Amino acid sequence: MRPNILVSVALLVAVVVFGYFLSPDLGSFGITLMSGLFQGMLLFLVASGLSIIFGLMDVLNFAQGAYFMVGAYVSYSVHHSPDVMAAIPDPNIRFFLSVISAVAVGAVLGGLLERFLLRPLYARPIFQIVLTFGVAIVMTEAVEFIWSTTPYSWTVLFSLRDQSFQLFGQSFGVYRLVVIGIGFALIILIGLLLQRTRIGIIIRAGVEDREMVEALGINVRMVFTLVFTIGCAVASFGGAIAAPFLGASAGLANLFLLSAIAVVVLGGMGSYAGTAMGSLLLGLALAVMQVFAGKPQIGLPVLASMTPMMLMILVLLVRPGGLFGKGR
Amino acid sequence: MAASEAILEVRDIHTFIGQFHILEGVNVNLPRGSIGVLLGRNGAGKTTTLRTIMGITPPRSGEIRFEGQRLNGMRSFGVARLGIGYVPEHRAIFKGLTVRENLHIAERRSGDFARKADLIFDLFPDLKRLVHLPGGNLSGGQQQMLAIARALVPDNRLLLIDEPSEGLAPVIIEQLMHAIRRLSEQTTVLLVEQNFRMASQLADRYTIIDEGRSAVAGDMRDLVKDQALIQRYLGVA
Ligand SMILES: Nc1ncnc2c1ncn2[C@@H]1O[C@H](COP(=O)(O)OP(=O)(O)O)[C@@H](O)[C@H]1O
Ligand SMILES: [Mg+2]
Repeated sequence: MRPNILVSVALLVAVVVFGYFLSPDLGSFGITLMSGLFQGMLLFLVASGLSIIFGLMDVLNFAQGAYFMVGAYVSYSVHHSPDVMAAIPDPNIRFFLSVISAVAVGAVLGGLLERFLLRPLYARPIFQIVLTFGVAIVMTEAVEFIWSTTPYSWTVLFSLRDQSFQLFGQSFGVYRLVVIGIGFALIILIGLLLQRTRIGIIIRAGVEDREMVEALGINVRMVFTLVFTIGCAVASFGGAIAAPFLGASAGLANLFLLSAIAVVVLGGMGSYAGTAMGSLLLGLALAVMQVFAGKPQIGLPVLASMTPMMLMILVLLVRPGGLFGKGR
Repeated sequence: MAASEAILEVRDIHTFIGQFHILEGVNVNLPRGSIGVLLGRNGAGKTTTLRTIMGITPPRSGEIRFEGQRLNGMRSFGVARLGIGYVPEHRAIFKGLTVRENLHIAERRSGDFARKADLIFDLFPDLKRLVHLPGGNLSGGQQQMLAIARALVPDNRLLLIDEPSEGLAPVIIEQLMHAIRRLSEQTTVLLVEQNFRMASQLADRYTIIDEGRSAVAGDMRDLVKDQALIQRYLGVA
């Protein structure tokens, strides 16, 4: 086995086994695993855009988390708006529409940010980082202005969100499983897009050498706009499908941002496979550490929030270029 | 007219990189159908001249014309689309892409690669059995062949090739020379080459670049006879 796969699998197994020994019974082990996969998938939806945008454009988009937050707000408010409720009484169809709206808003806001704010600054990478940081703050303030500073929790359920099943004496939400399924499907879909399509080939080539791609006659800036738009749309999608669990609040902008940055680094800069694997790994590690930190004998909740950085440092010690990065 | 028509005219270009004045007046004139070579010591400005023609490091003043059309102010993708292929130094192929993907990405119209596959694999038979390998797994010579092949995928009428022989074994250099001679039957070629033997055997015309300026230009047959000139600018016998 190649070392990247070997190290990744070893870490995954270690995290899962640790989680197993922390659990008093199979049921709660199942809950932990499910929570880990759920967080891993949401994390992937933020980290994938962050990673591809960073690899291709050298822009660390600090606003990626804010797009997740906007997605949650749009999905929440379309689903709960009295007007939309009157027009579309079926909550399932309405939720579907909410998600579509969130994706559309994320895509438009993402495209605008790249086209009008980032594009003039490609010669000044530092300015771009500062800019995306500022945009994240502006988006958070705007959201609090448009909605309110009080977090919303999801109240109007729909059939998927409402169902659960029993296993090992524990109750599991069907909706979590659906989100995990969608996450895996997207990992494969985006992977196929990168491997098989012309635009995917251009993106992978651009991550290696932008200048050469352009010298072949390809307008790389158009590719930038497209990638940025899709990356932000995917983050908004994540917020939209997470909202039925997490509600909508300004805090969502930062919920996964730090973890997503950790994933990009520990997966190996610019590696898509590394980002997918890193998201899964960190999601599971987060869930396990949340259980561990919450044990009365431990009682150190801060351990859970330190997990992204601890995992990142651990991986970099073993593989300095990240899991799937160029070994250095 | 047809025989002496210039496909590429570079007139008194000045190029800055940051605040450094790298090119301080370069002129190049290349007749259609010929092989031209830029000669000059390391750091003279040969690579920068090619990059300036491509629009990667645009000129601050002077003029570049390709088939009569001004290239000044165009971005490199636009320059390339006019029909100019660029093979940069150090064989900048995409190491993570397969050989096939390296060739496919160069298409400007769909089907370009299919149309040119026979020509490309005829020139570089080695590449044919490597199509599924990542570019990074290829040897130096194979990477250079791939970089040239990539420039042949679309219908380019001018190829800029920067130091193709750099770091390669003599047998490989022979193969490359053969290939370049054959492809020059269909396109004009502007070469940068430190290997004087290779340059003198391939090129019809030369331009010597010295400290950012084009110093001398002319017919390659005359240069080969002029030991004094060679000594002065190239330091080779
Ligand atoms: N990015 C850069 N920044 C500063 N100086 C550069 C840069 N690129 C090239 N130069 C300088 O420009 C000069 C010409 O370089 P180049 O065109 O690569 O020469 P050649 O190809 O003839 O060896 C050299 O003195 C080199 O140091
Ligand atoms: Mg050079």
